[in-house]
Formats: sequence, C-alpha cells, structure tokens
Amino acid sequence: MTPDQVRHAIEEALAQVAPDVDIGSITPDTDLRDDLGLDSLDFLRFVEILSQSTGTQIAEDDYSHLATLASAVKWLADG
Amino acid sequence: MPALGADMDEGTVLEWLVKPGDEVHKGDVIAVIDTAKAAIDAESFHTGTVEQLIVGVGQTVPVGTVLATITEAAAQAAAAPPAMPTEVAAQAAPPEREPERAPAAPGRPAAPISPLIRKVAHELGVDLAEICGSGRGGAITRADVERTAARQQKAAGQPPSPAEARIKATPRARRVAAELGVALASVTGTGPGGSVREADVRRAAPAAEAAPAPEAAPAALAARSGAERTQLMRQAIARLMARSKREIPHYYVSNTVDMTSALDWLHERNREREVSERLVPAALLLKAAALAARKVPGVNGYWVDDQFRPADAVHLGLAISLRGGGLLTPAIHDAADLRLAELMGRTRDLVIRARAGRLRASELADATITVTNLGDQGVESVFGVIYPPQVALIGFGKITERPVAVRGLIGVRPVVVTTLAADHRASDGYTGARYLTAISDLLQRPEEL
Repeated sequence: MTPDQVRHAIEEALAQVAPDVDIGSITPDTDLRDDLGLDSLDFLRFVEILSQSTGTQIAEDDYSHLATLASAVKWLADG
Repeated sequence: MPALGADMDEGTVLEWLVKPGDEVHKGDVIAVIDTAKAAIDAESFHTGTVEQLIVGVGQTVPVGTVLATITEAAAQAAAAPPAMPTEVAAQAAPPEREPERAPAAPGRPAAPISPLIRKVAHELGVDLAEICGSGRGGAITRADVERTAARQQKAAGQPPSPAEARIKATPRARRVAAELGVALASVTGTGPGGSVREADVRRAAPAAEAAPAPEAAPAALAARSGAERTQLMRQAIARLMARSKREIPHYYVSNTVDMTSALDWLHERNREREVSERLVPAALLLKAAALAARKVPGVNGYWVDDQFRPADAVHLGLAISLRGGGLLTPAIHDAADLRLAELMGRTRDLVIRARAGRLRASELADATITVTNLGDQGVESVFGVIYPPQVALIGFGKITERPVAVRGLIGVRPVVVTTLAADHRASDGYTGARYLTAISDLLQRPEEL
C-alpha cells in the first residue's frame, strides 16, 4: 500500500472508533492513544478495523508501531 | 415506567414499537424511553398480547407508572414493563429472572400496606389506591407515596418537559439521521405531534436511501440532542453523586497488585489469536472483581431500608465514559460465571452500545457492584463514589512498571493499584480488605479466571 492509502485507512478506522475526533487536527506526531483519548477497547477495535482494511496481520507486539500516525504509516506502508 | 438506575425519577415514552393486539415475548424491545441520560430500549418482562398502551408517545411520567398492559397466557393483566421504584430498582431481581412477579394494577395493591405507609400517605394527602406499588410483590413503598405526593404538588404548574423543547423525533429517526447526515430540523415530521420518524428521515435523504445503516456510530448519542443531553446527564450524575456523598459513609482501601503472571499469560494467549479474539488486561481485572465479589459477598448488594441486602448474583456495573462527556453504568449480568472471552465480548458490546445510545433497560437497572477503570487515562489510582443503593465501587488504575521487591531482590514489574470505596453501613474495613486481597490472589492465577 502507498503511504497515502495507509493514511486514509487509518483515518477511516479512527473515524469509526472515535467519531468525535477532528481528523484534520491529527498531526504526524499525534499519539493515537493518549492524545485522542482511545482506551484499550477503542484501540483494539482500531487495530481490528485497520487489520481488515489493510489486510495486515497486526500482532500484539506490533502495537508499538501504531503509536503515532507517522510511525503507523511507515510501518504499514513498508510492511 | 421502569427505573433505569437509581438516579431516574421519570421518563418519556419516545416511541412504541408495539400496538394493541401484538404478541410480545419476554425480552422483546417494546418501547423506547428517554431518560435524563440517554434513550433506552425498554423490554417487555412478560410474554403475552399487548392489551392497551396507556402512556402515549411524548408523555413524561414518573417511575412506577404503568405504561401498558399485557394479557398473559393465563389471562392476567400485567404492567409492561413492570413498575420499579427508584429506591429499590436494583434490589429487585431482574424481572426476566422472576417472571412470576406480577406488578400490582393500580387500585388493587397486591401486597399489604404497612401502617407506616398509611400514615405517610395520610400526612401527604395521597390516595393509596392511585399508586402502583413498586416494592416486592407490588408493595407500595414510602418512595412511591412521596413521589406521588410530589407529582400532585407540581401537577398544576408542570413546566414543559425538556424533551418537548427540542425537535421531536424518535430515537430511531435520530440514529438514522445521524448516520445519513440529515439535519433533523430540515425534516417534516409525520408522527404524533409532528415528531420525526425514521421514514421521514429516509425521505429527506433520497441519495442515501440504499445505504445500509453503518454499525453503531458512536456519535449517535451526541447527535441526539447535543448540549442539552450533556446538561441533563450532568444533572442526573450530580443528583446521584451528591446523594451518595450525603448518605453513604464511604471508607477506602487500596492495594498494589503484581500483574506479571496475568500479563504474561495474557500475552501468550493473545499471541495465537486474531485481533477480534484478543483480550485486554481490563477483562482480567473485571473477571477478578466479579469472582472476588462472590467470595466476599459483603460488598455485593444493596443498602435498602436501613439494612444490607446481599445480592444473589454478581451483576458487574461498568462505568463507561461517553466520548462527548458524562457516563453510563450498564451491568454485565452474572459476570462471575462468564468465561473470559464472553466477558470481553460483553464488555466490548456494552461500550459500543453505551456510546451509541443503544442500551437496554435491563442492563441499566440492576448492577450489584460497579467498577471504574481509569487506567487507560493514565492515572495510578481512582477512589470512586458509590452508586446508591449499591455498597461498593472498585477502582482500577493504570498498569505501570515499578521497582518491586520480590524475595529480597528488586525487580521491575507491572503493577496495578486496586481500590475499593465501600459503604461503612454495610461493611467494615476488614471486609473491604479481604475483597481487595481476593482480587490480588485471583490475578496471580490468571489461567483460572
């Protein structure tokens, strides 16, 4: 996937999990859990949606790659 | 009008999903009730035929009012949903577990009336025959009498209900409008009193007609009525929490629990599983809290009529923060009996539905003990305020790595601070301490959870 496609997939997943979040306000360094107020269940759902939409297996050990938009795009696009 | 939590005094019928002559089964959603906190799907507690809808759409009535009558197979008229008073809503076993409990019809109290109640009614000038008793077996409680008296007093100058001040629309219509991006103000309602119904919304959004409704958009509750809903919920929380701090002598205990075994076990288990089947640490904490409540029953139940009434089952209330502000505390029924995966599934389901405004009445009425988990928000510990008439509230903080001495050596281990706020009328610190120790012990043997 291209970085743009991954970014789009991440934004789509966030829109479902946290519809109150203004996607436009997310910068590459925004912490997707702490800054957006996702709890562990929200984050699990985010991972689930992202895993489906990108066709990527995301193991628990890989969660750290999804800390920010920039790190998530890099990891998913490279993977 | 069922009491959906101890903080509810009245409710508004937003929508009837059945009509006279319809067959209903126990557990069917038959009406949508608007409360200060959220619109709730109300289920029938009986199987039978709808005889009459007594309270109309848009009407606001006190808790305990008969909403409709259902003719059961045995041709007994029964209220549906049965009246439950604010004070004892949670104390009564959930009706689906006690189907034989037939609420009293107005004017025919099924249970004897105590001299005290007669005296109170006399003093307040209330006619007992007009009250639908909401205690056990349809008994009229003091709360019923006082509520009726208060209603009579303000009957003359009843202010317009908040629900009428905003756009009238059924919850279903609001949900669909939010999903389709239709502004309710732009829709011409064809329902009673000009209220907007689902069909009206779909007509107003021709382009989106074919689109299936997406799954549980968490914005739905916020979209429902925005600032007003937030304010009403704030007021409801304020009333209940003020009452708790006024009436309940809280005592507090806390414990730091080593989570090494639990997290190692969890990690190993999750490694082999798809994302949808993974557990989060909160699931282990919830299960341990539920099992411990069974081991130490002194913290599981209600303080009613000046005495502690232990609950038979553990219905674990879950404080769920709503993303727009406020919180709801639906219950996971029989949480101690659920396998971890089931508990996890129920938790996920409850959180999604709470945030989407799709909770059911039975989930809001009968928690026996409540958990608040603020670990995800980064705090170390939380000392909560008890939900009356419950007698205890468990708090979980963030799981963090800390230096811990183990067998004379210092190591870095994940720990969580567990707390208990408990009602000193119902139990003493000794019981609270035993409860937290039980949670800690359970978390050291995660494979048994």
